[in-house]
Amino acid sequence: MIGRFLSSAFRSSDRAAARRPRLRLGPALALGLFAALFAAEPASAQEGGPAAHAVGLDTLFVLLSAFLVFLMQCGFGMLEAGFIRAKNTSNILTKNFLDYCLASLGFFIFGYALMFSEGNAFFGTSGFLLIGAESAADVPLWAFWLFQAAFCGAAATIVAGGMAERMKFTAYLAYSFIISAFVYPIVGHWTWGGGWLAQLDFFDFAGSTVVHLTGGATALVGAWILGPRLGRFTPDGKVNAIPGHSVPLASLGVFILWFGWFGFNAGSNLAVGDGEVISLIAVNTNLAAASGAVTTTLISWIVFGKPDLFFTMNGALAGLVSVTAPCAVVSPSASIWIGAAGGFVVVLAVKFLDAIRVDDPCGAFPVHGACGIWGTLAVGLWGREPLGLAREGLFYGGGFEQLGIQALGTFSTGLFVAISMGLVFLTIKSLFGLRVSRQEEIRGLDENEHGMESYTGFQILSS
Amino acid sequence: MKLITALIQPEVLPKVQEELFAAQIGKFSITAGVGHGTQKGYEAQFRGIQTQVDVLKRVRVDVAVNEDFVERTVSAILRGAQTGKAGDGKILITDLHDCVRIRTGDRGSQAIG
Repeated sequence: MIGRFLSSAFRSSDRAAARRPRLRLGPALALGLFAALFAAEPASAQEGGPAAHAVGLDTLFVLLSAFLVFLMQCGFGMLEAGFIRAKNTSNILTKNFLDYCLASLGFFIFGYALMFSEGNAFFGTSGFLLIGAESAADVPLWAFWLFQAAFCGAAATIVAGGMAERMKFTAYLAYSFIISAFVYPIVGHWTWGGGWLAQLDFFDFAGSTVVHLTGGATALVGAWILGPRLGRFTPDGKVNAIPGHSVPLASLGVFILWFGWFGFNAGSNLAVGDGEVISLIAVNTNLAAASGAVTTTLISWIVFGKPDLFFTMNGALAGLVSVTAPCAVVSPSASIWIGAAGGFVVVLAVKFLDAIRVDDPCGAFPVHGACGIWGTLAVGLWGREPLGLAREGLFYGGGFEQLGIQALGTFSTGLFVAISMGLVFLTIKSLFGLRVSRQEEIRGLDENEHGMESYTGFQILSS
Repeated sequence: MKLITALIQPEVLPKVQEELFAAQIGKFSITAGVGHGTQKGYEAQFRGIQTQVDVLKRVRVDVAVNEDFVERTVSAILRGAQTGKAGDGKILITDLHDCVRIRTGDRGSQAIG
């Protein structure tokens, strides 16, 4: 029985190999099952020849990357849940679920058209609801759209952490639709949709600016307009810690984000090629995260006395955000420096927010905003022309030109996002309020906004 | 010797602790619990089904004191926990039979302070 199956599978592999010269399966008996699967492919793929298989391989790569970027949504959810108090856990997770859903819908209806269709230098003007839309890469529209939609969801969900534990649920829903349907796609068009920054050779490979600074700048203005959580800053000038309730959840979140980031950065190549570029990207991504985490651990150890896991986690993310823009055009050793400097940036930004009395519970601005800016600038320092950048970076004799373009791109994007989202938040505030009542905040958003507890049956000693 | 047991709202716990420290009362125990009082319960829901939660979260603070510390302790707890709203809680004061400091074996008033 098995012998008959194998021999028939083998015969079909010979037939398939004859038609597809580049996919010769050879005499490997163990591949019989795969051969049978190939033989069962639809006729159209077989007619396409090697070119169709190259597209198929790229599509598979982009889709798998999209799935990894989707998993980052879970990473953000766990991270944010762990960084906040138990009484708001259901609230933040509901926000994390729904911002991805609203981003998917908003990016389908408006976002993709604004971001990737031809229009003017500032936004696209056709292809709403994907009608008549075209893929901006060499993979089918559906794969490209899914990958980009997952990115859009990431930009939206970053903000939940910065405005956690006090923002009204309805306000959050309204905000997340607007950012993913309009604001993120517009700045995305500037850089990735052939807009004015793309024309200036501004380089942001996987989105230090487009995704992370967009989320981070929004979190900053949002947290500022919303005001700090009760008890975070006391009138006598004291800054109080409000410790997160679950270290294991937060760690799980960071590990998932790190894992997902391989898809985020390598997937942004949108093609497998000969494997050289995507491998370099994966290594750079990993090294920057590692050096960022080591740096913040050492900083917290030396400056604050003990190695602080929450800083270690922020540091890994700082390294990841920092290397997102330059990951394809820098060397692995440059990535180590970029990640390490990101570690310094995130700690300084956390202290800066404390100094200006802005309460960002999960460090959304320090991690995604400040390191987003740093990573984008790093392209102008360590970027290499042989790796595909328009000109050499400052450290390789290219002068200040690319650095200047990077600065212009990141600051103009950050400013546009901060102003437009600031107006959105102020509008939401005047329409139906941005913040829950004092009593609701004290009792926890789980109880008042959702009528449920996150840890039913557990005794939790806190308000 | 008295045992002072305060049943308070979780959110006033930091304030009560602060007031106890300010009154130089540095020895107490805190336990999380649930209870039912004038506040009654609240309506919760789980996947669309309404349920009544009859017991609300409470914190129990136990302080064992000598007679001369009773009023000081009670007023510190009042300053920390009183908001004037239903659900502020209760302070129960009971006679304490004896007290033993485990480290030394001391007994009575001496063991409390």
